[in-house]
Amino acid sequence: MDWTLIFSRAVEAGIGSEAIIYALAAIGLNVQFGYTGLLNFGQAGFLAIGAYAIAVTVATFGLPFFLGVGIGLLLAVLMALLLGIPTLRLRADYLAIVTIAAAEIVRLVVRSVALSDTFGGTDGLQAFSGAFYDLNPYPPGEYGIPPIIGFDNRSMWVLTVGWALVAIASFILFMAMKSPWGRVLKAIREDEDAVRSLGKNVFSYKMQALVIGGVIGSLGGFIFALSRSAVQPDLFSTDLTFYAYTVLILGGAARILGPIVGSMLFWLLLIFIGTGMEEAVNSGAITFITVNQVGAIRLMLVGLGLMLLLIYRPQGIFGDKREISIDAR
Amino acid sequence: MHAESLPAGKAAALKAFEGMAAEPGVPKPDPILVVDNVVRRFGGLTAVNVNHVEIQRGSITALIGPNGAGKTTFFNQLTGFDTADEGQWTFNGRNMNGVSAYKVARQGMVRTFQLTKALSKLTVIENMRLGAQSQKGENFFRGLIPGLWRGQEDEITAKAEDLLQRFKLDAKRDDFAGSLSGGQRKLLEMARALMGDPQLVMLDEPMAGVNPALTQSLLGHVKNLRELGMSVLFVEHDMDMVRDISDWVIVMAQGEVIAEGPPDSVMSDERVVDAYLGAHHDAPLSAEEEERQLHEAEAELDKESTE
Repeated sequence: MDWTLIFSRAVEAGIGSEAIIYALAAIGLNVQFGYTGLLNFGQAGFLAIGAYAIAVTVATFGLPFFLGVGIGLLLAVLMALLLGIPTLRLRADYLAIVTIAAAEIVRLVVRSVALSDTFGGTDGLQAFSGAFYDLNPYPPGEYGIPPIIGFDNRSMWVLTVGWALVAIASFILFMAMKSPWGRVLKAIREDEDAVRSLGKNVFSYKMQALVIGGVIGSLGGFIFALSRSAVQPDLFSTDLTFYAYTVLILGGAARILGPIVGSMLFWLLLIFIGTGMEEAVNSGAITFITVNQVGAIRLMLVGLGLMLLLIYRPQGIFGDKREISIDAR
Repeated sequence: MHAESLPAGKAAALKAFEGMAAEPGVPKPDPILVVDNVVRRFGGLTAVNVNHVEIQRGSITALIGPNGAGKTTFFNQLTGFDTADEGQWTFNGRNMNGVSAYKVARQGMVRTFQLTKALSKLTVIENMRLGAQSQKGENFFRGLIPGLWRGQEDEITAKAEDLLQRFKLDAKRDDFAGSLSGGQRKLLEMARALMGDPQLVMLDEPMAGVNPALTQSLLGHVKNLRELGMSVLFVEHDMDMVRDISDWVIVMAQGEVIAEGPPDSVMSDERVVDAYLGAHHDAPLSAEEEERQLHEAEAELDKESTE
């Protein structure tokens, strides 16, 4: 077994573009679900909007890259408003239903045959990230700590921008959640009627949380599109949202570092287990499964791990035991 | 009890109610809240149908009635937590129908809930701070710059600590509200409501689920609100409490205000007795009545035996 390969792939996944994308998606969910208690099951839709905004603006219409970024942020805000206005006055589960449907609508629209001239249908779009990589300050070559970590200069640029976005978003949220604004959000998560009776415009705060979480999700979409230099509609199916929830719960909801560490750990473990099993099968250490079955078994093990986590440590890695135990009283 | 031993607020309230007709909808000299024709229907059921009622400023008014009389629904209409089908009401002369709950609270009409809504995963002091109005840091962008709200936060905290001390919760300052007892949560909820400097405090069953040892302290706090110049309207089932602290009692039954009056006399009002016990009750109303019925029965028996 090639242990260097196993560790190298696992560590690279733990700090790679996947970890960034899911960290951003989970940070957005953290604002909505972790702090405000809004069940947004359509985070994949916000990522899709971010990714497609860049792709369509540049590849289809030939407009500047940064205009695409601006359009992506604007559309994420609009999408949040559109979802929130009818549903935020209703009970929380309505938002869950509407968001999951809205994300699917976004995916089905961009993959539709009728609009394939604009969105590229199921093949998606390519050739839009040139302007982004033109800004790359890293000269061509290999970077990292051999033999474990090694990225080429394009990946380095994505990782730099991606982790910078993660850091900026987390810092802003850290400041916001410490402020009286964050206190109102946490109170809404507990009991919105109580907050209303204290003279706070609950609807407005929930909308703000939805918008901020959606915009952070769209940042994840930007990185998704740029790291692959391509977008395909089926990358933004509901799995993405549920993985992001997994990441959030693993790290600990309502904690600033929760989604970041959760995402890194999730990808590290996922790749470690996957590559580990593949290597074990290839070297003959495991004989009762084939390489083709590794992918499914890996997901089963992740599911098992999550169940154990939720049973024995529901607050995740960073959560506060006291906050949980009060509810279970 | 001597008149001069009464606290100023109580004396003033009693003076205002002196000689007032004990009739539903009687006008008050200085009403803080005036309600007209409020109707709320749930399908075919008319839960609330209040023609006219006024709440006197600076008094403690009790709202009583049998179960299902519509008291809590009426409360929800007034505070914007539910929308009335018809009618209007004014608070301090300002029209309040259709005004959303948070705006009602901002105008100075703050409520508590029958099932206490302490925010259990926030600490006691955070609960209190949340009650403060117009904290600048509650705006997202201003919240990001601590310098803009720190000063105000310190003032709010000082005020909160003051109130916690009054409500004897200062030892619990940094505990999660979820760890408090039922009575302490009621105290916290009331203290939190006071952070917003309300003019009218609406308490929905403040004594429900409170351990008797805390009842006296809670009563004292409610009375104190009146001394501090606030008006109180509360829903309660405990008649001893109603008699003890209220200056005026409004009785609801089947969604309507059926009687009003001072606490000592309103309970013997025929309409109130009917509402609580049913109109065709056989139970004697008083000792004299009981005696009279007994005499009648005896007379009848005598008549039968002589025949």
